[in-house]
Order: sequence, then structure tokens, then C-alpha cells
Amino acid sequence: MEWIEWLLYIFLGIGVAFNFLASIGLLRFPDVYTRLHAGTKCTTFGSIFLSLAVIIYGLWKYYDGEKYMLTLSIHAFFALIAIILTNPTGAHAIARAAHRSGVKPARAVVDDLEEERK
Amino acid sequence: MAFIATTVFCFIVWLLLTASGSPWGTDEILAGAIFSVIGGIIARKILIKDFKLANPKRWAMLLAYIPRFFYEMAKANVDVAYRVITGKINPGIVKISPGLKSDLSLTILANSITLTPGTLSVDTDEERNLYVHWINVDEKILEEMPRPCEPICASFPKWARRIGE
Repeated sequence: MEWIEWLLYIFLGIGVAFNFLASIGLLRFPDVYTRLHAGTKCTTFGSIFLSLAVIIYGLWKYYDGEKYMLTLSIHAFFALIAIILTNPTGAHAIARAAHRSGVKPARAVVDDLEEERK
Repeated sequence: MAFIATTVFCFIVWLLLTASGSPWGTDEILAGAIFSVIGGIIARKILIKDFKLANPKRWAMLLAYIPRFFYEMAKANVDVAYRVITGKINPGIVKISPGLKSDLSLTILANSITLTPGTLSVDTDEERNLYVHWINVDEKILEEMPRPCEPICASFPKWARRIGE
């Protein structure tokens, strides 16, 4: 195997491992906010590595002479940017909606937002 | 002016999306021009509000920000992995005042906070304060009332200010 294939396997491994950890986090954490922590950070990070693997694969094939593979790289790059921009925004919207509808953070030591509302 | 900027943006995105390893055909470019003009007419009042991001210096700042941001993000993921496995959490919602002046920089900061160690932005208010859900609250911070930004978002307000103001 060439070194670039090893790189691809490592990237895919990291991506799958972090997506797996995110789903374990959804089961283990106690409330909405801590679950969102797992659900945004880990899935974004994992998906970045998965799309990076696709980008590298496309560029590699392009370099090998299959010109149409460049399209794959560019489209995966656009998907990557979309994920990075929209994932934290969505998490923010969910967290805000949860707090507005009265969900208390479990085991919280401090809640400045609640005090502000009073 | 906003119309031209939106059209150019749409056209660049079109060109990148239709790139296929060989040069673009004339019909492709023509169709792209027509559709980006239509997109520019529709979205000129929504997409681009000001022209701060037309400055190449800000692009350089954004590029310089990416490695730093990615490093913090990797740290965040190892941190979350640790908390998933051990279950050690001490959560709370903390108010911080980063003192940013524009909506763009506040967006950058809030998104960066969400993707970096142990923090998640929950809400903002009119004075551009951020309410951050912190997964592992440092007890020392609870004593000071205008909460310090440093332990929560490191040097991100500075970067957000450089990019977006």
C-alpha cells in the first residue's frame, strides 16, 4: 500500500471514532445541554476528518490522471464548509429554544441566564 | 453595489461547483452568468450587508485563524471524549461580555465557542453579551461578577475582532 492509503485509513478511523464517541455521549450525558456538547463538537470533528479523507482521495485520483475526480474533491470541500458553519448554529438554536421553554441544566452550579430573566 | 458583490459571489461558487478537471465550456459559463444575475437580484438585500469582508487583510486573518481554531477544536474533542468515558461534569451557564461591536464578529465568536473546549453558546442579548453553557465550571470564576473571558474562550474575542470589525 502507498503511504497515502495509510493516511486515508487513519483519517477515516479518526472520523468514525469521534462520531461513535458522539453517539455514546448522547446516551451517557444527563441533560440537553451536555448532550449538545457531545452532539456538536464530536460530530463536526468526525465529519471534518471523513470529508478530508474524501478530498484527499479525489485529489490523489486527479493527480493519477482521472481528471473528473477533481469534482468529487471540490464538492466534498463545499460540504465541509457547510457542516462547519451550520452545525454550531443549529446547536445554538436548539440550546436557546430549550432554555426558553424552561429546561433547567441538570446539576448546574450556576445559571446566569435564569437570573437575568427574573 | 450589493447586487454586484452578490452576483460575483454566486458566479464564483458556480464556477467551483461545475469545475471538472477540464476548462469550462462557453455554454456553462453563460448559464452560470445568467443564474448568478438572477441570484444577485433575489438575494442582494440579504446575503451581503457590508463590504468589510472584501478586504484581503481580513482573509489573511481568517486563514491565520484556522490552524489555531483547529488546534482548539482537537483539544475540545479529546476533552469531550474524556468526559463521555468518565462522566465527570460540573455544568453551569455563565455570562461573559466580550465587548464586540458587530454582529459578524459575534457570530464568529459564538460559533468558535461552540466548537471549542467544554463550552456551548446558549443565548445573547442586546449588549452583545454571551450566555455560555460550560461543562466543567471553574469554581474560582463564580466569585467575580463580570465574569472574565479568558478561561472560557481564550483569545477568540481578539481574533473575532480582527476578522469581523
